[in-house]
Amino acid sequence: MTPAATRLAPACLASFLAFFSIGAAQADEVQVAVAANFTAPIQAIAADFEKDTGHKLVAAYGATGQFYTQIKNGAPFQVFLAADDSTPAKLEQEGEAVKGSRFTYAIGTLALWSAKEGYVDAQGDVLKTNQYQHLSIANPKAAPYGLAATQVLEKLQLSEATKSKIVEGQNITQAYQFVSTGNAELGFVALSQIFKNGKISSGSAWIVPATLHDPIKQDAVILNKGKDSAAAKALVDYLKGPKAAAVIKSFGYEL
Amino acid sequence: MSLTSADFAAIWLTLKLASLTTVILLVIGTPIALWLSRTSSWLRGPIGAIVALPLVLPPTVIGFYLLLALGPHGFLGQFTQWLGLGTLTFSFTGLVIGSVIYSMPFVVQPLQNAFSAIGTRPLEVAATLRANPWDTFFSVILPLARPGFITAAILGFAHTVGEFGVVLMIGGNIPDKTRVVSVQIYDHVEALEYAQAHWLSAAMLVFSFLVLLALYSSRKTRAGWS
Amino acid sequence: MIDVRLKRTYPGFELDVDLQVPGRGVTALFGDSGSGKTTCLRCIAGLERAEQGFVQVNDEVWQDSAKGIFVPPHKRALGYVFQEASLFPHLSVLANLEFGLKRIAKSQRRVDINQATELLGIGHLLERHPQHLSGGERQRVGIARALLTSPKLLLMDEPLAALDSRRKSEILPYLQRLHDELDIPLLYVSHAQDEVARLADHLVLLRDGKALASGPIGETLARLDLPLAMGDDAGVIIEGQVSAYDATYQLLSLQLPATEMNIRVTHAPMAVGQALRCKVHARDISLALNNDAASSILNRLPVTVISEQAADNSAHVLIRLDAGGTPLLARITRFSRDQLGVHPGQRLWAQIKAVAVLA
Repeated sequence: MTPAATRLAPACLASFLAFFSIGAAQADEVQVAVAANFTAPIQAIAADFEKDTGHKLVAAYGATGQFYTQIKNGAPFQVFLAADDSTPAKLEQEGEAVKGSRFTYAIGTLALWSAKEGYVDAQGDVLKTNQYQHLSIANPKAAPYGLAATQVLEKLQLSEATKSKIVEGQNITQAYQFVSTGNAELGFVALSQIFKNGKISSGSAWIVPATLHDPIKQDAVILNKGKDSAAAKALVDYLKGPKAAAVIKSFGYEL
Repeated sequence: MSLTSADFAAIWLTLKLASLTTVILLVIGTPIALWLSRTSSWLRGPIGAIVALPLVLPPTVIGFYLLLALGPHGFLGQFTQWLGLGTLTFSFTGLVIGSVIYSMPFVVQPLQNAFSAIGTRPLEVAATLRANPWDTFFSVILPLARPGFITAAILGFAHTVGEFGVVLMIGGNIPDKTRVVSVQIYDHVEALEYAQAHWLSAAMLVFSFLVLLALYSSRKTRAGWS
Repeated sequence: MIDVRLKRTYPGFELDVDLQVPGRGVTALFGDSGSGKTTCLRCIAGLERAEQGFVQVNDEVWQDSAKGIFVPPHKRALGYVFQEASLFPHLSVLANLEFGLKRIAKSQRRVDINQATELLGIGHLLERHPQHLSGGERQRVGIARALLTSPKLLLMDEPLAALDSRRKSEILPYLQRLHDELDIPLLYVSHAQDEVARLADHLVLLRDGKALASGPIGETLARLDLPLAMGDDAGVIIEGQVSAYDATYQLLSLQLPATEMNIRVTHAPMAVGQALRCKVHARDISLALNNDAASSILNRLPVTVISEQAADNSAHVLIRLDAGGTPLLARITRFSRDQLGVHPGQRLWAQIKAVAVLA
């Protein structure tokens, strides 16, 4: 290279890289851990989010308890959308999350669902009959919807009667699968899993009144790894915004 | 803190499942392995491949297809319903079926190798000494294939003890019926009960090691066929 | 009588034989490797199934393809000795011996354990396992084991082939005793002419899956028209009676059948009147015009020349002789034939060294 070129080369390289990093700062990725019940809504939100902000949402779906363990052990998530409020609170307390970033992004509704049309009546009285063999719920120790289901059964004084019929899915998604494949005639699922555009998409369901269980407050929080991420902040802002709210409501959540 | 009664129940259930699966596999795996080792039919390739499938398929695939097949709309579910047995998902029987499929290659392949190693000469000798095929099987093939049977039993048992994916898909986590040790440990971890998880895992590790140690030490080496 | 008609095809080979051999004594199935002798034996045993086959042993039909009859091997009253003993490694020698014995009805047992172990000299090996036996011992156990099924036919597939010559000479006497003491017909496969010469009463010569000849051993071995005569160990059998024994020189005199002629051979002591079979190779017989006693060659027999045949070696020639009814074969150079003017009908002296006589 000529002497002039050798002096210019580092400067060129630097501005070259700077250009790309600025560009990168414009369109970032945010790693999100999403509670299984929020799978469909977050997918709908992600498309709009990317269009409106240019940032990409990379989601992992699973059980809240599992995510907790992974986050404690260094998983690369930047934002956590949990299925309960206690887990994000715990993470905040234990210094794994950005203080003050926690908020309730949705309030879950429980539904008693069957893949068969006309099987579940609008009052959920089918629970009291003996005609079904398996009642699917999410593992109450690990999933808030599962816990809520046991609370409902307790309130309705059906715990003893249904004890031998209960089958547990590892998470709300598996609880849903057991019912959708017909292996369990009935199951307590998240309304969002069977609700789309304002109605039950298939089968028959009883929307469980919120009075029968502790509210399923689903909290989100920015984790330490997302502290300095513009995309993470953008996501949180977006979730609090009107567009996201509309989507969330359409899936049967309260706000 | 040590093991709760729920943990013991899970251990006992796991042992029952693994033992029953191993026995069933030895009984049905032996004719399959014998046929595979001796046949010259074109079916040998396809059947051998089918038997070996669980070696490569993720257990969740097996579990998923079992979930569908055992359900009310699946061919197995319809069959069991026709027999008046209802559906077998969420039942111990369903787990046994899943385990038999999942651990089959681990039993059939060592048996097949043992039978092949015997070759045809001992069988011809037995025939010239007035032994009919059944007689030959019990008095010549079985004794000569004994190391193969031991290996098959060890592997089948151990593999079933470690089963997780299939149980997860079709078990439903029912205490005393489908809540095996692997699922129990997983539950403890999910519920952040790490001490329980440690105890249970350590117990299984020690137990498995002792079983394997006992069986591997008992295998005598045998001089070659002369 | 043993009546065997077999057709079995492999890629590149076809076995096609039609044999009738005596239902008593030892019949040898003789031929080179690839001649089909083992296949023939296995088909007779039923270990292989000839596409078209008829096998009848004395009064039992074991296979008749035309009628769709095929008796599986475990239902045939046969004993089979394989080339490599093939003892069961998971059983002791005694358990091996009892394997077949246990499986035949008590009423059908004609050979008992003591008889078999004594005949084969394996009484001291009973508690051992096959891994701790020598090759020769294993083979003897294999033979005893086959005998203990009290078979109506004994089949042996080159039982000595896997042994060294010391072991072979160790076992041959046992086989000869078998022949002499038991009344079980024996089909013996071998490619070793000397073995066959010592044991067989009847010879079947196989080549490329076909039977070239089938006849009494003495006669067949002496035939010039068969490839038998071409081999290096071509020779004849002499079956005679012991007429005298000289203990000082360990010389045995053997009287040729139906004559007064004797040949002398070095041998262990035997009683007068006992039968003895020996073999003389064609290459060990020389011809002379005179009877010259001033020679180390002990045996000089008056013979008549019967016929002549070109040998495989272009410098040699094979001469068939008759010694008072016993055929002899001599291999000499063409030069000598011309020198002596050998021709059919000629009377000559056949000279055989005593040490060359195999007994």
